[in-house]
Amino acid sequence: MLPDPLVLFFLLGLVARLLRSDLKVPEALYEALALYLLLAIGLKGGVELASHPLGGLGAKIAGVLALGFATPVVAYAALRGLGRLPVADSASIAGHYGSVSVVTFAVATGWLASRGVAHEPYMALFVALLEVPGILVGIAIARLHAPGRVAWGRLAHEVFLGKGIVLLIGGLAIGWAAGPAQFAPLKPLFADLFKGVLAFFLLEMGLVVASQLGELRRAGLFLPAFALAAPVAFGAAGAWAGTALGFTPGGAAIVATLAASASYIAAPTAMRIAIPEASPALSLTAALGVTFPFNLFVGIPLYHRFAAAAAG
Amino acid sequence: MDTHPRKLLVIIAEAALERELVADAKRLGALGHTVHDVRGGGRHGTRAGDWEADRSIELKVIATEAVAEAIARHVLATYCPDYSVTMFLADAQVLRPEKFP
Repeated sequence: MLPDPLVLFFLLGLVARLLRSDLKVPEALYEALALYLLLAIGLKGGVELASHPLGGLGAKIAGVLALGFATPVVAYAALRGLGRLPVADSASIAGHYGSVSVVTFAVATGWLASRGVAHEPYMALFVALLEVPGILVGIAIARLHAPGRVAWGRLAHEVFLGKGIVLLIGGLAIGWAAGPAQFAPLKPLFADLFKGVLAFFLLEMGLVVASQLGELRRAGLFLPAFALAAPVAFGAAGAWAGTALGFTPGGAAIVATLAASASYIAAPTAMRIAIPEASPALSLTAALGVTFPFNLFVGIPLYHRFAAAAAG
Repeated sequence: MDTHPRKLLVIIAEAALERELVADAKRLGALGHTVHDVRGGGRHGTRAGDWEADRSIELKVIATEAVAEAIARHVLATYCPDYSVTMFLADAQVLRPEKFP
């Protein structure tokens, strides 16, 4: 089967940067695309929420949050125990893996939709919820070992009022308040154009990932191995947990994708401020250089299989 | 024209530090500041500014020698051990000394 054109945009960016093309997405456009994607994901989720019953949502939220707190702890144990990485670096990388990648989520929902796999309409809510726990756990672990120096107020501001949470939650609220009828005039911009904007964003991601690949050569063997093993392990755990929580196979595949993905927008800034002694290059090389492309090409179809298997 | 000697303190740092650096500069006596988005590289690699974690800023403060040095000392001690920071002082001549105490 032909690959999804979205993935080809990513490849185009990757190859262009590797061949040292002067292609560059202007910073302001990148910012605008990110803003659009977050808002559109929130709105879409909110509109769907307005027209569906919310039965059993409380248990699902609790379960998914528990997963969000568990994955960074496991990641930390692996990085520290198997990789023998310093505490600060292990905690920071664990925080990145505990948090989620919004773009991976968007590609996964598109992938499922193009195969006619249905999922719960409110999955965007879980993206917003899962941004936070990983970051908190990563910082807490680092500060247990080297106390002090955390300006928790400043950090809470960074984490809860970062553009990711504000736009996702804001979009959900607006979409929910508007409902399908009032959302109709906004639909051409926020729903119909979504895939095109995502393609543009993935082009930029390809450029960024290619510039991380140089770091990969310096990273040794453990980190890339971790960055491949972690998403598979967390994806399997997510598929199982999602199924156990009563999600449809499509929903469980998305929970798996969220568990398997690593943040590179919210987490890096928060980690940089909270754990200054951790090397940002390590987290970004793993999350962006390895895990993100892995999820794009291999992970998403794999997590869907995990979810189908878990559903029996 | 009457000019008055002051110091220009230029701090080039990771964008994540912008809020802290501006707050510290104000607290240590700077009345004003200017921030630019910049990109560049050095011994430890390049910061091309393609996306959030790769951005750099340049913060400029004009102040008396005492204030400029106090800010520089604070930045050296607080941020230089863990963050990418380039910093220098230069002589500047200002026309309205009351703006740069």
